[in-house]
Amino acid sequence: MSAPQATRTTALHAGAWWLWALGLATAASRTTNPLLLGLLVGVAGYVVAVRRTDAPWARSYGAFVKLGLLVIGIRLVFAFVLGSPIPGSHTLVTLPEVPLPDWAEGVRIGGRVTAEGMLFALYDGLKLAALLICVGAANALANPSRLLKSLPGALYEAGVAVVVAMTFAPNLVADVQRLRAARRLRGRPDRGFKALLQVGLPVLEGALERSVALAAAMDARGYGRSARVPRAVRHTTSALTLGGLLGVCAGTYGLLGDTGAGYGLPLLLAGLAAALAGLWLGGRRSVRTRYRPERWGPRACLVAGSGIAVAALTIWAGGYAPAALHPPAFPLTAPVLPLWPAASLLVGLLPAVVAPAPAPAGATAPAADPATTRATRTAKTAQKEPSQ
Amino acid sequence: MIRFEQVSVTYGDAAAPAVQGVDLTVPEGELCLLVGPSGVGKSTVLNAVCGLVPHFTGGTLRGRVTVDGRDTRTHKPRELADVVGTVGQDPLAHFVTDTVEDELAYGMESLGLAPDVMRRRVEETLDLLGLAELRDRALTTLSGGQRQRVAIGSVLTTHPKVLVLDEPTSALDPAAAEEVLSVLQRLVHDLGTTVLLAEHRLERVIQYADQVILLPAPGAPPVMGAPSDVMAVSPVHPPVVGLGKLAGWSPLPLSVRDARRKAAPLRARLETVTPPRPVDAARTAEAAAVAEVTGLGVRRGRIEALHRVDLSVRRGETVALMGRNGAGKSTLLSTLVGMHQPSSGAVRVGGVVPHRTGPRELLRQVGLVPQEPRDLLYADTVAAECAAADRDAAAPAGSCRALVARLLPGVPDSVHPRDLSEGQRLALALAVVLTARPPLLLLDEPTRGLDYAAKARLVEVLRGLAAEGHAIVLATHDVELAAELAHRVVILADGEVVADGPTDEVVVSSPSFAPQVAKVLAPLPWLTVPQVAGALEGAV
Repeated sequence: MSAPQATRTTALHAGAWWLWALGLATAASRTTNPLLLGLLVGVAGYVVAVRRTDAPWARSYGAFVKLGLLVIGIRLVFAFVLGSPIPGSHTLVTLPEVPLPDWAEGVRIGGRVTAEGMLFALYDGLKLAALLICVGAANALANPSRLLKSLPGALYEAGVAVVVAMTFAPNLVADVQRLRAARRLRGRPDRGFKALLQVGLPVLEGALERSVALAAAMDARGYGRSARVPRAVRHTTSALTLGGLLGVCAGTYGLLGDTGAGYGLPLLLAGLAAALAGLWLGGRRSVRTRYRPERWGPRACLVAGSGIAVAALTIWAGGYAPAALHPPAFPLTAPVLPLWPAASLLVGLLPAVVAPAPAPAGATAPAADPATTRATRTAKTAQKEPSQ
Repeated sequence: MIRFEQVSVTYGDAAAPAVQGVDLTVPEGELCLLVGPSGVGKSTVLNAVCGLVPHFTGGTLRGRVTVDGRDTRTHKPRELADVVGTVGQDPLAHFVTDTVEDELAYGMESLGLAPDVMRRRVEETLDLLGLAELRDRALTTLSGGQRQRVAIGSVLTTHPKVLVLDEPTSALDPAAAEEVLSVLQRLVHDLGTTVLLAEHRLERVIQYADQVILLPAPGAPPVMGAPSDVMAVSPVHPPVVGLGKLAGWSPLPLSVRDARRKAAPLRARLETVTPPRPVDAARTAEAAAVAEVTGLGVRRGRIEALHRVDLSVRRGETVALMGRNGAGKSTLLSTLVGMHQPSSGAVRVGGVVPHRTGPRELLRQVGLVPQEPRDLLYADTVAAECAAADRDAAAPAGSCRALVARLLPGVPDSVHPRDLSEGQRLALALAVVLTARPPLLLLDEPTRGLDYAAKARLVEVLRGLAAEGHAIVLATHDVELAAELAHRVVILADGEVVADGPTDEVVVSSPSFAPQVAKVLAPLPWLTVPQVAGALEGAV
């Protein structure tokens, strides 16, 4: 089945993308094999590359990749300076060790840096980076505000507040850039940390003013209109929600503790049911309706299913090939790519085929030079192509 | 449809009411224009209609405001959302969602309309406002005119009976402003919507108005009446009305068409007189170039913002940069202060290359007042701001304060720059920039939000500076300002210079950049009311 072009009607449910990405992330958390992790990042990256649109949120993927690299870097620096719990025989360098008082026993600064320790840190950092990249992929592929539309009515208003808060950050960055540029006009240096600090107050002032203006606009456009509900219903809602949450807490405590395994699960389930009923009942206060909500179709099932399958297969692989999923850092060995776990990760490529494809932009770009083609394409997209 | 009964509004700690004695009725299906100088409470009146005053802003409202029979005292803004649609000055601050289609649907979702109704209305509104092409676009990628149309559309989908707009065309180029106004016109005529709008640029809107409400001074009761009657007594009026007053036409013309019909005798009288050239051409031709731009190309991201731009600015010369929103005017100005690195060509300002020169050094060569003058102001009093400016420019203490006293007489030292009016803030920013005495002065969209009086003061100040030998480049949409000030007009389109020549030659022939006086008196090359007034006095 060939994928249709992504339009508002065919767009995949945002939840499907998140399930897929969380599936990949679960798989990433189950292995430290760098080859498998690399493969996983490759799978996520490929799907993002072929199914990402030109929307603003789609650009966040690059930021997540950079964040992942930063995490690896930090993990390595820490391992380098603070040492590693892994024993090792291949010493790379020996740093001067800082003498620490007795109460800091177990903490070490400086000393021997072993290849094994660094390798272990690298594997560990890779795992975290892969997790981040999976989240980044979901962010790039699914419109965060569309996801909110799937929230229950009672939570919608809180959700809008979250979305508005999320647009705060990019606006803040734009403000900082503008004001730093303006510093140049005053003849003050526009680079450096001090420049950033000095524009802090005006930037916050601006952000606050914008928030107030937005709040006024939202109020005038009917945000927060609520239907009249009988007192009894209101009280039942509060009782159900509070009781449900208490039940969830107590149930979880029971499940995690040693003694309460018997009553833990039923209490948890009852609490969940009560909380959900409270949410549903609370939704009656809200008069909102939803404009063109995304539908959960067969393609969404396939995409979500592929993510869940990757997670399940990797967890299963943890049973039959634990050594391949966790290559030891000590003694030093080259990791191998286990065939079946690798093959099961490739299931995650399914969305690259079944998910609706973004509209081809700049189909008429005549230039052969790839850089120019890209430039024309972006320029065109910015001007007229509908970007989904 | 809208009734104000003896309304006065006093904000929290203010000594005097912001508006008082407002007693008026706006009938259904009228386009009603609210005019008056800055700071007379136009925004207060507008926000009282949608209930934001006093529910959101605080303050005390005495009297009664009813909209479609609903008292704003007992109805919160959200409960008026289905009868009043409000669009503020900055459309970006109005947007809640991120794409055009979602934005149009947002208000209806809040009201809880059925999904099929919402779908139908979104499609209708997309067609009505000509937004169908843009339906999936992210709001941040739209141009100014498109944003304003989306903002209007987003409140139209709930089918409000009243539309309230605060300066809908101030930030727009002439063509985009036409676009927005024709939409409003259509709403009033086809759908019977009542429109109440405040606007400083009267020359754009006055001919569409059915009624004009004039707030003559802070705290003074409003005057309401037919546009030509109100204009006869209004302290703010467009050039065409000024010309009509000068020539003694009655009733006063409101549009270029009305004026042209009456202007035949005036044209005949002026035919024999040559308009005073705004500049001694010989002097500028000899004067040294302050800035020289050759073959300039600038890329912003992957978009080529400027392409092969040539421009040279001489001492004592005022150049107006005009063109659509996004034509590259601001980019050109920021390149002149070194914020962008040219991808091709060369820029030299007073002998230095801006993007390779440190801010401290560059300050002495060129100064830019940005679109939002507030960006330049960091301190919390005028005095502190001036002291900082003296330090930045290494000027003797008190030089900035002396400039402020000249540009902005009567402003106390202790005022916070934020509490100044739009025009005062601009003057303060201008003084701060001028402290370093740069030979080249750049202004980006200086008249946004200024009323006619503030604009006249700005014109005065800039003329003085040009006479002292400063070269001035202003990027503006305001054709009247360009006509009054500029010796030369440069028109940019898509990053290229499409016209460059003396003001009268460039603007008289252009339908969108010609000032009203030029349109009325064409083919004679008269540009402004003072010019004509001077000539008539001379003739008498």
